[in-house]
Amino acid sequence: MEERIIDIQHVSKSFGDKNVLHDINLYVKKGEFITLLGPSGCGKTTLLRMIAGFLHPDEGLIVMDGNDITEVPPHLRQLNTVFQRYALFPHLDVYDNIAFGLKLKKTPEDEIDKRVRKVLKLVSMSDYEDRDVESLSGGQQQRIAIARAIVNQPQILLLDEPLAALDLKMRKDMQIELKEMHRKLGITFIYVTHDQEEALTLSDTIVVMNEGIIQQIGTPMDIYNEPVNSFVADFIGESNILNGRMLRDRRVEFIGHEFDCVDEGFGEDVPVDVVVRPEDIYFAKKDSEVQFKATVKSCVFKGVHYEMFVDTDSGNELMIQDYDPYPVGGEVGLYIDPDDIQVMRKERTENTFEGVMKAPDKVEFLGAEFECADTGLQAGDKVLVRVPFDGVDLLDSDDEATLSGNVFFILYKGNHYHLTIKTENGDKVWVDTDDIWDKNDFVGINILPKDIHIEKKDE
Amino acid sequence: MNKRSSWALPYFIFLVLFVVMPLLLIVLYSLQDASGHFTFSNITKFFTDKDALSTFALSIEVALENTALCILIGYPAAYILADKSLNKSAVTVVLFILPMWVNALMRTLATAELFNMAGITLGKGTLLFGMCYDYLPFMIYPIYNQLAKMDKSYAEAAQDLGAKPHEVFWKVTMPLSMPGVISGIMMVFMPTVSTFAISEFLTNNKIKLFGTIIQENINNSMWNYGAALALFMLIIIGITTFFQGKGDDETVGGAI
Repeated sequence: MEERIIDIQHVSKSFGDKNVLHDINLYVKKGEFITLLGPSGCGKTTLLRMIAGFLHPDEGLIVMDGNDITEVPPHLRQLNTVFQRYALFPHLDVYDNIAFGLKLKKTPEDEIDKRVRKVLKLVSMSDYEDRDVESLSGGQQQRIAIARAIVNQPQILLLDEPLAALDLKMRKDMQIELKEMHRKLGITFIYVTHDQEEALTLSDTIVVMNEGIIQQIGTPMDIYNEPVNSFVADFIGESNILNGRMLRDRRVEFIGHEFDCVDEGFGEDVPVDVVVRPEDIYFAKKDSEVQFKATVKSCVFKGVHYEMFVDTDSGNELMIQDYDPYPVGGEVGLYIDPDDIQVMRKERTENTFEGVMKAPDKVEFLGAEFECADTGLQAGDKVLVRVPFDGVDLLDSDDEATLSGNVFFILYKGNHYHLTIKTENGDKVWVDTDDIWDKNDFVGINILPKDIHIEKKDE
Repeated sequence: MNKRSSWALPYFIFLVLFVVMPLLLIVLYSLQDASGHFTFSNITKFFTDKDALSTFALSIEVALENTALCILIGYPAAYILADKSLNKSAVTVVLFILPMWVNALMRTLATAELFNMAGITLGKGTLLFGMCYDYLPFMIYPIYNQLAKMDKSYAEAAQDLGAKPHEVFWKVTMPLSMPGVISGIMMVFMPTVSTFAISEFLTNNKIKLFGTIIQENINNSMWNYGAALALFMLIIIGITTFFQGKGDDETVGGAI
């Protein structure tokens, strides 16, 4: 039986006109270690602050143990938070910091004493009671912050990027300790991080978020092995993300070759995204194993494995990780197991915009006016505009561009880049290009009349 | 002397001429009689001068009352100014600080005139009113500064640990804002001890403060006794500064 300790239903939140959370549905099982994972600005911290009670959703409900707590103030919630920068009270010593919550609840003095000593032992900080918190190192402050939270015996512990301020070695040690603490305490941990490795190491369940929307919920294994879309595949671990075509059930074509796979139910001849992890591409030892050939372009030792980039015979670049190095410039035969090919439905195959005709050969969409082929439509007609990904031209400046925007997200697809551009109005345009752009680059956008396809919308 | 430290030379000369020299002169004068002979009589005179002693006690009392009044009015004002949900504009802060830019003497004269117009008898009440009016910005600003830069997560952590709003204030916000309060006290208490213009204008010299006595002595060419009284006040101010201790650091220069 699984008991839901937290149930988040249809929660949305906006700050001004920025929509930070969009219809979030999520439940947390009692005793589980759940991680909200995503890049900065994805809404994970906002969601955590709502569970803690510092923010209220615009819409939706937060239910804890069967009670609606959406409007309950933080001091009445049965949970405690470990803050990102610890927020230890500088005017109190270690003992008084930890005893703060218990004193508020008028716990008897000897009981406080017993419990403070117990948690100090749990976080391996005995004998530090009288220390000034500002004299402690980052890692020690971290432990005190955890002790201050768990001494209140909350049902849920919220952790907001608690390891972000620590150095790498310390972070690794604390990860192990946190996992151990979770096991000992047996309470629910809700953890926020942008570090995918941390999430994979610690969690029972990972919730991958991007732009205020939950992308995928699953165990670390699920998320790693079966990402549901190219964002998750790209964000979690290293991956080769490629354009492909599902030919029929269990048969997919990509990088100019056909492969057996295990996916079904996509239909026939459907465009898809294909994810292959770099450790899942194997070097063929026998000629009979070879599925496709490639030339090794680079080979770098990474400690445990070698990381190689190869150019396939069809002109795609792939990243491969293997325990053995292969000579740069040499030709190699490669194969991929059907199990290791992850096929994902494409979120979109072209840009579609709502538009309005300004003249028979002028159309307005994305807040700008574009020339198009003569459509014979009237000015004022509402239309649907379709533009293929490779029909959008990006320029270095907006001098001669119709509109401008910034590079928001970059996905390498083996032989081209798939960019998400956010225009100045906040609309998104998806672009396929061979040119290299960096995240946040300012770009001018042009679309030629031949790439603008217009359909009249039915009223 | 290397190149860099030679830049300090003009300031050093300024300090010697306008700070160290006058202080030495005060000490020198207070230890001389009118004809320039060395004597302790000025010092001993003060401790037997009932008038001077009671004025001194009254000055301290008024300064304490004024400081308390400034905290009582200034703290809530600073708190409201620093709370972004209550005060969304930086202009309000400037409005509160604005009186600091107007000459205190002018403000005091204007206040006295207002009291006269309203037919209110000048006395201790009007004196405290005027002092509070003059020194309030010096209390508000350091407290506001301290509250505005305080990390919000302290209050959130307190709430998270079960503190009700008033407990958050008394157990976290208030103690953490103490450096600002102490700066405010320094900037209000010490000047009020030595002030004489406010008591002169707002009580028609009915109430004499310590500063008034020093001024009277010096005006009547009793330089040596005046210097001794000034020295005494400097020592008191020095002691209060010392009490402020190391507890607070950068907030002392809280005025704009």
